[in-house]
Amino acid sequence: MRHLLSTGDLDRETAVHVLDTAAGMAATQSREIKKLPTLRGRTVVNLFFEDSTRTRISFETAAKRLSADVINFSAKGSSVSKGESLKDTALTLQAMGADAVVIRHSASGAPHTLARSGWVDGAVVNAGDGTHQHPTQALLDAYTIRRHLVGAGGTADPAGRDLAGLRVAVVGDVLHSRVARSNVDLLTTLGAEVTLVAPPTLVPVGVEAWPCRVSYHLDPVLADQRPDAVMMLRVQRERMGAGAAGGGYFPTPLEYTRGYGLDARRLALLPDHAIVMHPGPMNRGLEISADAADSPRAVIVEQVANGVAVRMAVLYLLLAGEVSPAGGHERLDDRTGIA
Amino acid sequence: MSSGTAQRYLLTGVAPLGGEPTDLLLAGGVVAAVGADDVRAALGTGTGADGGHGLDDVVTVDGAGLVALPGLVDLHTHLREPGREDAETVGSGTRAAALGGFTAVHAMANTSPVADTAGVVEQVWRLGRDAGWVDVHPVGAVSVGLEGASLAELGAMAASAARVRVFSDDGKCVHDPVLMRRALEYVKAFDGVVAQHAQEPRLTVGAQMHEGVVSAELGLAGWPAVAEEAIIARDVLLAEHVGSRLHVCHLSTAGSVELIRWAKSRGIAVTAEVTPHHLVLTDELARDYDPIYKVNPPLRTQADVDAVRDGLADGTIDIVATDHAPHTREDKDCEWGAAAMGMTGLETALSVVQQTMVDTGRMTWADVARVMSTAPAAIGRVEDHGRPIAVGEPANLTLVDPAARTVVVPERQGTASVNSPFRGRELPGRVVATFLRGRATVLDGQAVDRAGQHAGQHAGGGVADVPGVRS
Repeated sequence: MRHLLSTGDLDRETAVHVLDTAAGMAATQSREIKKLPTLRGRTVVNLFFEDSTRTRISFETAAKRLSADVINFSAKGSSVSKGESLKDTALTLQAMGADAVVIRHSASGAPHTLARSGWVDGAVVNAGDGTHQHPTQALLDAYTIRRHLVGAGGTADPAGRDLAGLRVAVVGDVLHSRVARSNVDLLTTLGAEVTLVAPPTLVPVGVEAWPCRVSYHLDPVLADQRPDAVMMLRVQRERMGAGAAGGGYFPTPLEYTRGYGLDARRLALLPDHAIVMHPGPMNRGLEISADAADSPRAVIVEQVANGVAVRMAVLYLLLAGEVSPAGGHERLDDRTGIA
Repeated sequence: MSSGTAQRYLLTGVAPLGGEPTDLLLAGGVVAAVGADDVRAALGTGTGADGGHGLDDVVTVDGAGLVALPGLVDLHTHLREPGREDAETVGSGTRAAALGGFTAVHAMANTSPVADTAGVVEQVWRLGRDAGWVDVHPVGAVSVGLEGASLAELGAMAASAARVRVFSDDGKCVHDPVLMRRALEYVKAFDGVVAQHAQEPRLTVGAQMHEGVVSAELGLAGWPAVAEEAIIARDVLLAEHVGSRLHVCHLSTAGSVELIRWAKSRGIAVTAEVTPHHLVLTDELARDYDPIYKVNPPLRTQADVDAVRDGLADGTIDIVATDHAPHTREDKDCEWGAAAMGMTGLETALSVVQQTMVDTGRMTWADVARVMSTAPAAIGRVEDHGRPIAVGEPANLTLVDPAARTVVVPERQGTASVNSPFRGRELPGRVVATFLRGRATVLDGQAVDRAGQHAGQHAGGGVADVPGVRS
């Protein structure tokens, strides 16, 4: 694994190894001294062409906990906003000696362009590209699901295990969601059954080739499939209503909430063990009610915490670890001193 | 403007339209003689079996194994001048055309300033005439500034020295049905044709690639087939209603082929073109986000490729046109979303047609002459191109070696831009020579400029040094 561009590039073994590594990282984060020396002297650049404070500080925290030097390069107020190309920005970072570039970009495929171009030597980590992929989000989602639902209902160590047999419903704006695409690929690779639930206008043409089911109705999915996890996607308000470019996907927020919002009634349809997830930031009252967001089965805040551990694992494996899909993984303990 | 050249060319053993090999004598800008006996008589000398004739003013081209075609005519070329001379000029673009076997090109109107007045089309026409590689026929914009709001002065462009007959807002669709109707009606006054870029704009806001399985996975905004087909359906009905000629640019979907087939069965005066790239490339190439494959209309699916090949073979699609769209390196050396749409094509078009249609047994070389010369010349009302290879006809010819194979290296092409989607691919066929009114613009695959010929390098000079050509 030289770059992390898409969860579609991960096989089951590699994905499980990332989750196991993340578990090891999480274990260190309950210590008084959270910092590990592993990436001392290495430089991680957070190259954010799109505002995302949450994802940026998650990566920043992860890199700092591994003792890497972190440079935050935000497109806002920089040369990029003056028309500098991706190429020249990348060449600049290369000249400064970036060992890893964590890139967030509004254009789908921009991380691929960076990785393919030869402009930078370092590892490229996709932190969200357009409506394409957000692989570390899917990894933290898978990590969270595994922690709660694998190994005697979350009471035993799930190390080495995948998500075989679990059912996950992903609900909302699939069309514009990089989270949905990443999760369909990864959760399926890990053996879970994914059902996408959305109004037909928010399902992409071509979805029939995806390894998942698609439903236009949330209630029967909750009642009949009894999902183990429900993942609510953020619905942007500009998608609704008529007129404006990019709008008109559904008539009103109220109609969306009636059809696809997770409220108290729907929450009650879920099996007792089921968890409620959301990648954030939430639109309370639109795709998720306060009842659901604040319920004991919501793991939304924990997803954020797990994000740091997963990103530590990814940076560690790309910069210090030896991962090959064919096997022969280096033991995490050997390099980090994690016991 | 010179109507020919003092230089005479004897082409020995060439196969007109892939038929029986024969000899052709080009003199005075026309085909002066066909067949060994008539050539000998025309030269007034005994010609040996080896083609030797002992005449200093006759260059002999050994045409054994070469197919002779009427000079190719491109109905859809972007020469970028005026305005984007950093990507292409009339000079570099027409040199590329000659190297690709063309003797006439139609220069699209989306320049800066837009070719929407008699002044701009005359400028482009004169630049083409001065360059001398091919005949340049400017396409006039349908609407002022390609804005789609009001008709440009079509009559003035038609009456100008450029004699514009093809009108198009290519790059943009004439989407207003009233404006389209008026344009179709208006061009009847001068036997013009409206060449439509069929793209419903509201269905393609922000579109990046063909909408389907691949776009869904890549998260790139889709360009649905229906956005092309809806406009074609509307326009063939409009053309029928007002009794006008309609030409559909770069048709790309299976549904579009069906619509054209239906319209022709109703007797509607519609013609259609397909590009070389839509005959061979598919949306699968977008998977690594290399914007060299970003083009408008987008690369479609294999089923669409199969359908446009079927349509071209059965005559539903009338012509192949390149949509040669040069772009600077910076416009392609970036993320997909920021990249320009378009790919070069003049120098690979004939090879792609050979590969997809001739080598597969679906078309003959006579068919190639029809779809790349005769029919586009007829649609554009270009009278001295696309003619039969016969005595007295203008000596606009291209010689092709179908047995050659070439690896595409964009940096070695005549075009000023390197955005060829065929980089590194081996393609069959090679243009050996091109003649524009009897003057060689290409010999042994090399461009021959007019100055070189005026300098008299043909006899014992640079031209005669190349293999296969002797004085």
